[in-house]
Formats: sequence, C-alpha cells, structure tokens
Amino acid sequence: MHLPPEAAERHTLSVIVDNEAGILARVAGLFSSRGYNIESLTVADVSGDSALSRITIVTSGSPHVIEQIIAQLERLVPVHKVTDLTAYGPHVERELALVKVAGTGEHRIEAMRLADIYRARVLDATTGSFVFEITGSSDKLDTFIALMREVGLVEVARTGVVAIARGKDAV
Amino acid sequence: MLTERPTEDKAQEKSGADWLIETLDELGVEFVFGYPGGAVLPIYDALFRQERIRHILVRQEGGAVHAAEGYARSTGRPGVVLVTSGPGATNAVTGITDAWLDSIPLVILTGQVPTSLIGTDAFQECDTVGITRHCSKHNYLVRHPAEVAATIREAFHLATSGRPGPVVVDLPKNVQVASAPADTVPDRIAHRGYRPAGAPASADIDSAIEMLAAATRPVFYTGGGIINAGPEASRLLRELAALTGAPVTSTLMGLGAFPASSPQWLGMLGMHGTYEANMAMNRADLIVCIGARFDDRVTGRLDAFSPGSMKIHIDVDRSSINKNVRVDLPIVADAGQALAALIETWRARGKTAGNLSHWWTMIEGWRAKKSLSYPASRAEIMPQAAIRRLWEMTRERHPIISTEVGQHQMWAAQHFDFEDPNKWLTSGGLGTMGYGLPAAIGAQLGDPEALVIDIAGEASIQMNIQEMATAVQYRLPVKVFILNNEYMGMVRQWQELTYASRYSESYSAALPDFVRLAEAYGWKGIRIERPEDLDAGIGEMLDYAGPVMVDCRVAKLANCFPMIPSGAAHTEMILQANEVSGEMDDEAKALV
Ligand SMILES: Cc1cc2nc3c(=O)[nH]c(=O)nc-3n(C[C@H](O)[C@H](O)[C@H](O)COP(=O)(O)OP(=O)(O)OC[C@H]3O[C@@H](n4cnc5c(N)ncnc54)[C@H](O)[C@@H]3O)c2cc1C
Ligand SMILES: Cc1ncc(C[n+]2csc(CCOP(=O)(O)OP(=O)(O)O)c2C)c(N)n1
Ligand SMILES: [Mg+2]
Repeated sequence: MHLPPEAAERHTLSVIVDNEAGILARVAGLFSSRGYNIESLTVADVSGDSALSRITIVTSGSPHVIEQIIAQLERLVPVHKVTDLTAYGPHVERELALVKVAGTGEHRIEAMRLADIYRARVLDATTGSFVFEITGSSDKLDTFIALMREVGLVEVARTGVVAIARGKDAV
Repeated sequence: MLTERPTEDKAQEKSGADWLIETLDELGVEFVFGYPGGAVLPIYDALFRQERIRHILVRQEGGAVHAAEGYARSTGRPGVVLVTSGPGATNAVTGITDAWLDSIPLVILTGQVPTSLIGTDAFQECDTVGITRHCSKHNYLVRHPAEVAATIREAFHLATSGRPGPVVVDLPKNVQVASAPADTVPDRIAHRGYRPAGAPASADIDSAIEMLAAATRPVFYTGGGIINAGPEASRLLRELAALTGAPVTSTLMGLGAFPASSPQWLGMLGMHGTYEANMAMNRADLIVCIGARFDDRVTGRLDAFSPGSMKIHIDVDRSSINKNVRVDLPIVADAGQALAALIETWRARGKTAGNLSHWWTMIEGWRAKKSLSYPASRAEIMPQAAIRRLWEMTRERHPIISTEVGQHQMWAAQHFDFEDPNKWLTSGGLGTMGYGLPAAIGAQLGDPEALVIDIAGEASIQMNIQEMATAVQYRLPVKVFILNNEYMGMVRQWQELTYASRYSESYSAALPDFVRLAEAYGWKGIRIERPEDLDAGIGEMLDYAGPVMVDCRVAKLANCFPMIPSGAAHTEMILQANEVSGEMDDEAKALV
C-alpha cells in the first residue's frame, strides 16, 4: 500500500486574535494537531493597547482543507476574525529579509550590483561583508537570496509574509 | 503573597480559593467530582468550610471526569471536576478529551504549582494548559486571585454555550491562597470574538422548507447536537417529523432524541446501524442533518455516501459543516432554534406532508430484512437477548443507561430502545473503555430516584473498577450489567473479520470473580449463566436497593451485526457472520 499525494494551493490568511498568553501556541498548535501546513506565520500587536494581535499565516491545502482551517481557527475562543486574503481578492503581501554576504573582489562588486537592481538596502558593511535589507514578495526574496548564494551568502533572516487588502476597507 | 494590602482592607478580601467556591455556588453548582492533593489543598479547605456544594470523592481522577460527564449528559447541567496538579491533571486528560469529542459541558479545575515555580520542573508540576490545549474548548492559567471569579464565570459560559465542551482552569496554589478585594474583581474576562451561533437565517429556513416539501425520499439524520440543545429540541424534532412524515435515524450520540417506538424511527445508522437506516440514507433524495457531524462511523466510504441526495446541515459549529461531506444548504444555528423556525415556517406556508408512500414502501422492504436479528441459542445466553430482556424488564422505569466500549455498547445501542433524551450515556467519539461506571455514578447523583444501569464488558469494566467504592461511599444504587464474553469482543470481532481470526491479545485472561469482587466492595454480586436464569437474575438485580454487579455469561464468540466494514459503502453492509471470512487487504487494514 502506498499513500497518495495531495493537491494543495497557497492561501494567505489574516487572523485577528485577543492578545493573550498562549494564543500563538493555540493557533500554531491547531495547525500541527490537525495536520495543516504552515509556510509562514507572523504575529504582532496591532491595536495600540495590546488588546488585539494580527496573525498572518501562509498555508497550503486543497480548497476543502483551507475552508476547514478557517472554520477551525474561527472556533478558537480568542479568535475574532479570519480573512482569507487570497479568496478576498486584491491584496498586497510583503516580506522582509536580512541577508548577509561575505566576499571580496568581483563577488563583492557583483553583490552590490545585484542589491542595487533588487533595491536592497545596505544596513551594515565591513570590508569583507554586507548585510542587505530587502523587502518584497516572497518570490522576489527567494530569487535575490538564490543570487546571493553565488556571491558569498552567509546567512539569512526572514520575517515571513505580512499582508493587507487593497482599497479603503478593513477586512 | 501576591497582593499586599493594608490590614484594614483585609476584611473585604477573599482568597482565590474562597472566590472560587463562592463563584461556583453563585453559578448553582451542586456537585464537584474530585480528588485532593497538595496543589489544591487551599480549595479543599474552602470546600470544608461550606455546606452548599457537595464534593464527590472518586477513586481516580479519570473517574471524576467521566462521572462529571455522566452527570452533565443526564441532567443537561455542566459537570465540575477538581483535581490536583501533575498526576491529578494528567489522569484527567482522557476524560477531558472524551468530553471534547462528545461535546459535553465540563469545567475542570486543576491545581498548579505556585506561579513562581512554574517552569522549574517543580514537584508535581506539569504543563496542564499545554497538555489540554487541543483537547479542551478553551483553557486558562489564572495568575491572580482577582481574576478567579471572572474566569470561572467565563469558563461556565464557554462550556455550556454554542457547541458545549470541556474548559480547563489551571489554578496555581499561591493564587488560591492569596487574597483580592471584592472591588478589583472584574465582572467577566470578555472574549469579545466568541459569539456562538443562535437563530438561523430566515432565508435558509425558507429554502430548507421548500426542499423538505419537495422531497420524495427525505430522511432526518439527527445526532448528539439535539441532546446538546436540550429536551425542547427533542420535542420539536418529534413535531417536525410528525408534520413532514419523514423517517428519522440518529447517530449513536443522538439516541433518545426521537422515540424508538415511533413508526417513523429507522433505528441507528452507521457502522452498526440498521439496514433500513443505512439504505434510506443511501437512496434518499434529501438528507436533513441536525446536530450530527458526518463521522466516519456514520458515513462509511465517503464517495459512496448518499450519492443522490441534496443535503441540509444544521449545526451550531461551522467547522462541523463541510468537514467530511459537502452539503447543499449549510445552516449554522442552534438545533432547537432551527427546529422551531422550521416548524413555524412549515406551518406559515401552509405546507402539508407530501405523499411519501412510495418511500415508505421501500423502507418497509429494507425493514423486512430484520437486520438486528441474531442466531438464537438455547445453550448460551445471546448478548442481544440479554439486552432485550433488560430493556423489557426495565422500560417502565425509564432507566438511564450508560455503557463501556465494545460489542456490548453497540448491542445496547441496537437492542435497548430509548424514548427520551438524556437517558443514554456513552463514549462515542473517543470510545473510552472505563467510561460507563463513573458516568452511571454521576447520573445517579443527578437523579437519585432513577434506575441507572451500566451495560458493561468484562474488559472495559476493569478500567475504572475502583469507582465501585465511590458508589458505596455515597450510597448510590447503580447497577453494572456485565456481558461477560471473556473477550475484548470488539477487538476479537475485527481480528476475526480482518486478520483471519488471529486473536492476538484479545482474550480476557485471569478475570476476577466478579461476584466476589462485588461483595468485597460491599455491593451485591449476581452471576447469570444459563438462558433460563436470565429473567430471575435481572429481577434480583432490580429488586435490590443498593448497587449490584451482574456477571452475565454470554456467548463468547457472538459478533455484532449488522456491520459496514470500515471504508465500505452503506450498501455493502454485512448482515450476518457467514457473509465474511478471511483476511482484508492493506487498504482495509489501514482504516480505523
Ligand atoms: C465502537 C464504536 C462504534 C461506533 N459505531 C457507531 C455507529 O455505528 N453509528 C454511529 O452513529 N456512531 C457510532 N459510533 C460513534 C461515533 O464514533 C461518533 O461518536 C458519533 O457517530 C458522533 O455522533 P454525532 O454525529 O451525533 O456527533 P456528536 O459528537 O454528538 O456531535 C454533535 C454535533 O452537533 C453539533 N451541536 C452541538 N450542540 C448543538 C446545538 N445546540 N445545536 C446544533 N448543533 C449542535 C456539534 O457541533 C457537532 O457537530 C461508534 C463509537 C464506538 C466507540
Ligand atoms: C481505553 C481504551 N483502550 C482500548 C480500546 C480499544 N477497544 C475497543 S473495544 C475493546 C474491547 C472491549 O472489551 P469488553 O469491555 O469486554 O467489551 P466487548 O467488546 O467484549 O463487549 C478495546 C480493547 C478502547 N476503546 N479504549
Ligand atoms: Mg468482553
């Protein structure tokens, strides 16, 4: 007997939650306990008074699984609202990466040139290294990081995706 | 301590433990099922100093949770549990998970090490909130005595509203001891995002009524949600069934919501349901699911589940809808309110029951198979016959029946008829052996006059046998009726059907003498060995005023049929043993 592969599509969910102890474990644990995927998860207080946090989750699954993920999230007591931004329509997604590159000579010049093309900023520089800050879609970050591998990538830190709907309305 | 106040304020202050007891009392709690230990001593001392709340001392914390479940399911009121930290809390986890899967309203109070010691691997420390996070509806770690009252109030609200379930409140010992003044106690820790569904949208009800009126082969598929919604929902279900003339089937969890004596009753559906119930589901043109969750024991093979029907699903929890089976009309609402709205709209639109005679003819044809019949025996007591006699001899008294888990549980569901809700206590979702005896104890406390019988298996009963002492301590006349087949019969049956009768570890060896065991605990013990002694034995059990354990020796190798094998379609039901043999393939073995 072999286990069949499963089809998946990528969805970005925005989850508004009460900012209380254990909330991140509750949400992240829901994904692991029910076998859902998490590609990235970001969380921060967005209310000003520490009352509400916004969690952005990038997940993947069949349409049926995505629907269950949303229903299961909404079932959590501290969850106020779940919005599937992918289904909602026009929205913007951004991710930030800090990329450390070390090298001299041609590599160093090439790293600088690529950073310029990708609009990465230099946050730190030594004679033998750079730390770039790059913001954009996850795809753009992936490509930039892949290029940096060829010119002396040392390490990367990424925030994970944050997203918001276009237009004047709150989701 | 946590709050340092000038002495003159101390008079108005109360300790966290006192706040707890006062709030439980205010919420109308009658019983707390519990077991003491170091981390809850302040609460036990507060209990000692009052007389309104009765503490029921169980013999193992697992028993406390099942007893609270039995109390909750039979009375409709939330069950309350109190256990100590560490092993007390971990012993409670099975019961908490059981209540989670079966949607039983419980509030579980656990002791915890003092806040200053949390995370230090202190004596009897465990991460109760972490452990119970995914088997409770919600849980709390209370960090200040001023939060105790509000947390408890919200815990009860969460446990009992919407889709009910267990809520865990972890109380560090210093929070129990430290005091807080009345005026700092906030009224409720509001989770403003928590808004359980209530009334249905009227447009949905309109659509449902049109679908019902137009259907020629409708079925009501009802479940535990009707019981959760309260006795009024059961009454409304009867009314709607009468108005529409449609047949009614129920899951294991919903038995009693619709009277078994009604000609519209099809019996239970699913793996061990009746042929007529499963065939009706398969051939229906409309399924109205109310408070049931399309469990795999019910649907069988999903792609063959009721292929030609439109489906309406009424459920208070949106996550139950479209989880396993896609439906055409989802209605997120309380079952009782939805039923009331359906009835009102049906009447307001002047609908009358359609002509379902063709449908009923089909159903009668399936009924004629008599799928619950079983081979008779003169030499041995057939377990099905024992249950049927138990029902016949007790039905006048409207008994409350609990069960353990196994064949006896399924035979009880098939052969014991229920007329009313809240009379059937069984562990359906988790299928926890050892549930029945403590659940019976909880139910007996909830209704001291009721006849409460645990229909048990000889293996399951040993899982919480220690609770016999609890029944004695509180003078609870519960009856335990063991269908003793000397096997973990349900396991043996699967091994017979799936593994060519290789009975690996499913024999109940070294059984105790249940009659002498009963006597050792101060119960009456009765053994029934021959068919001709069955009535006398049951009679003797019923005549005895105290707790009784009956060791009813039944046919050892009887199987529970009908049965839809795991992963098979409703139409592939096995009616009798000679229809199966041999060994199944790996796909079948991989299914639960
Ligand atoms: C050995 C064994 C064999 C089994 N065989 C069978 C079998 O043959 N047939 C069978 O049916 N079961 C069987 N079961 C039980 C099965 O595992 C499930 O527990 C059961 O089918 C679930 O019942 P339910 O669908 O009524 O859901 P429940 O678990 O009772 O859930 C209730 C549903 O109603 C909803 N609800 C709760 N409150 C409300 C409300 N106020 N208003 C509206 N909706 C509400 C909930 O959200 C949930 O979706 C078996 C169990 C065991 C241990
Ligand atoms: C705690 C627990 N462990 C294991 C199981 C798996 N299991 C299901 S039924 C069963 C056998 C029950 O035997 P018995 O109580 O004698 O009932 P019978 O089937 O013989 O009527 C077992 C082991 C379970 N449901 N619960
Ligand atoms: Mg047995």
